[in-house]
Amino acid sequence: MASVILPAAPSESRPGRFGIYGGRYVPETLMAALVELEHEYEVAKADAAFQAELTLLLNDFAGRPTPLYFAKRLTEQLGGAKIYLKREDLLHTGAHKINNALGQGLLAKRMGKHRIIAETGAGQHGVATATVCALLGMECVIYMGDVDMARQELNVLRMRLLGAEVRGVSSGAKTLKDAISEAMRDWVTNVRTTHYLLGSALGAHPYPTMVRDFQRIISIEMKQQILEKEGRLPTAVIACVGGGSNAIGAFYEFIPDRQVRLIGVEAGGRGTALGEHAARFSGGVPGVLQGTFSYVLQDENGQIAQTHSVSAGLDYASIGPEHAALHDSGRAEYVSQDDKSALDAVVKLARTEGILPALESAHAVAEALRLAPTMPARDILVVNLSGRGDKDMGILAQELHIQGA
Amino acid sequence: MAIQFAQKPGLVVYLTAGDPTLEATRSVAIAAIDAGADVIELGVPFSDPLADGPIIQRASERALAHNTRLKDVLALAAEIRAARPSAGLVIFSYLNPILRYGLTRFADDAAASGADGVLITDMIVEEADAYLAEMERVKLAPIFLAAPTSPDDRLEAIATHSKGFIYAISRVGITGKQQSMTSDAAALVARIRRWTELPIAVGFGISNANHVAQVAEFADAAVIGSAIVELIERSTPETAPGAVARFIKGLRQPVTALAR
Ligand SMILES: Cc1ncc(COP(=O)(O)O)c(C=O)c1O
Repeated sequence: MASVILPAAPSESRPGRFGIYGGRYVPETLMAALVELEHEYEVAKADAAFQAELTLLLNDFAGRPTPLYFAKRLTEQLGGAKIYLKREDLLHTGAHKINNALGQGLLAKRMGKHRIIAETGAGQHGVATATVCALLGMECVIYMGDVDMARQELNVLRMRLLGAEVRGVSSGAKTLKDAISEAMRDWVTNVRTTHYLLGSALGAHPYPTMVRDFQRIISIEMKQQILEKEGRLPTAVIACVGGGSNAIGAFYEFIPDRQVRLIGVEAGGRGTALGEHAARFSGGVPGVLQGTFSYVLQDENGQIAQTHSVSAGLDYASIGPEHAALHDSGRAEYVSQDDKSALDAVVKLARTEGILPALESAHAVAEALRLAPTMPARDILVVNLSGRGDKDMGILAQELHIQGA
Repeated sequence: MAIQFAQKPGLVVYLTAGDPTLEATRSVAIAAIDAGADVIELGVPFSDPLADGPIIQRASERALAHNTRLKDVLALAAEIRAARPSAGLVIFSYLNPILRYGLTRFADDAAASGADGVLITDMIVEEADAYLAEMERVKLAPIFLAAPTSPDDRLEAIATHSKGFIYAISRVGITGKQQSMTSDAAALVARIRRWTELPIAVGFGISNANHVAQVAEFADAAVIGSAIVELIERSTPETAPGAVARFIKGLRQPVTALAR
């Protein structure tokens, strides 16, 4: 393999850099908008009125704080570490994505941008964005790969009901990566009037930092709740990693607590060959995709590889740059769970606890199912249940041979 | 060779290398130079060309369908250089194929191919330290894009770091054809002039002789991309060189008429 040389000198002090990762690799046309966004976000972040408005919406509209639920039956059946579930699945619209959509929606309003565009994979970010646009009275266009529109059809219908325009993307593999490229093309063209409400901790600075900040509430609550319930920190926090927003939100407050293991779960798909999975850390090398320097699944010529996962939200060739830095420093561990384990985890959690997780979140559950029995009973696992599985009923019925009417 | 625009307006022709074959790109490039193109931009096909419209996206897909690699594009550059020693030659790419190839190795091989300059679509001046050092080491011209949305401080940095020429994007948007030129372009070129003596080429959407004539009024050169790529798409590998040559000759027609 050719050595990868960094396009810029690594520098911790530069904004938007996580170790050597992150940065801004975009067409020049977008630079003014990114600089403006960075500035407006810094100002809003420090503005008590903005924070108060966001908190009010997170609480009264989205349903925060979400419970930290002790999964007693599951823990007993597995016979090892205690398992807690952070119930982001209970949020309005069904996933953690609403945390970020509300934050960026309010920011866009402040910036006077009334047209919002977004990409979506599983459709959860699209639904959250469409919801926030309805709430704030903004125009909304969602880009979604044709393959994802078919496998997450319920969410397509929800977005349309909410008044969003959903545009199918038929290029490439017709999944999340292609939707992001198409959204970026729209943004390049309409940058003067439009805010790109990116849905994960990905892309050019300031997105990875800003999205992480909006998702950070997950670990703020988690830490407080586990201390209340157990009087100590968890042994490990486990989250699935698509672009990385729910995982970075769940990890962030624990990063200084070095005794807490942080475990990110990528999509192992249906095999280890390039194209059959979305496990960026085992199959990828550092490179630049869609604005940021991070691990990227690619061929030996630098062309971006196809990916596969049963879950549309994890089916992406790159990963948020902060995760790349946490990986290299060893502060977080990254493992993968395959399609079958995720499907099994859906059934297990549904039938043991009466909770139907999203296929994305089921990857984190699968890792907990594997780990818990290997750990002593005094250990504590907190699983970030990033979303609920209603959207997946079509795939689940098919894969699990469940009969309808 | 240094990049020179002998005639006014200068013409820069973008070709996606390997579309539909490397051999065809070679023939088209040579025909384009013979028809009056001052500079050829050889585009390295990329799987995720997010700054490009449908025409160049399709060209990249055709080139990648038979696995056109950066290595092949550099070999093609060397062939074009050997055949036409005085034409300007620029390697035009997204960043990732270059990173994977290795920035140092790329700089060495691009210089050895006889190319004059490099343009990386998703490379901005702030991130360019290592890239600029490599370009300086091998004496290749780094060419940056300037956009109508770029504020003056960015234009100054772009002008300071560019060599060869500056590529001014005619309008806010992705590559593709357009009906008429916007006023964005002239205003942008006037702003860039404050910071540089380098030639300024205007591109994105320039598709006919009228556009070229308009650009000639305020800039040094016009870049023709999608219009030629679409012409190649509609031609066969055998007819493409002739069709592109006729098209390029036609692009300077109204200018000659104006000059009279
Ligand atoms: C429920 C759920 N979890 C996780 C993800 C993956 O995204 P991220 O890694 O940004 O949390 C998605 C994305 O669509 C999702 O819908």
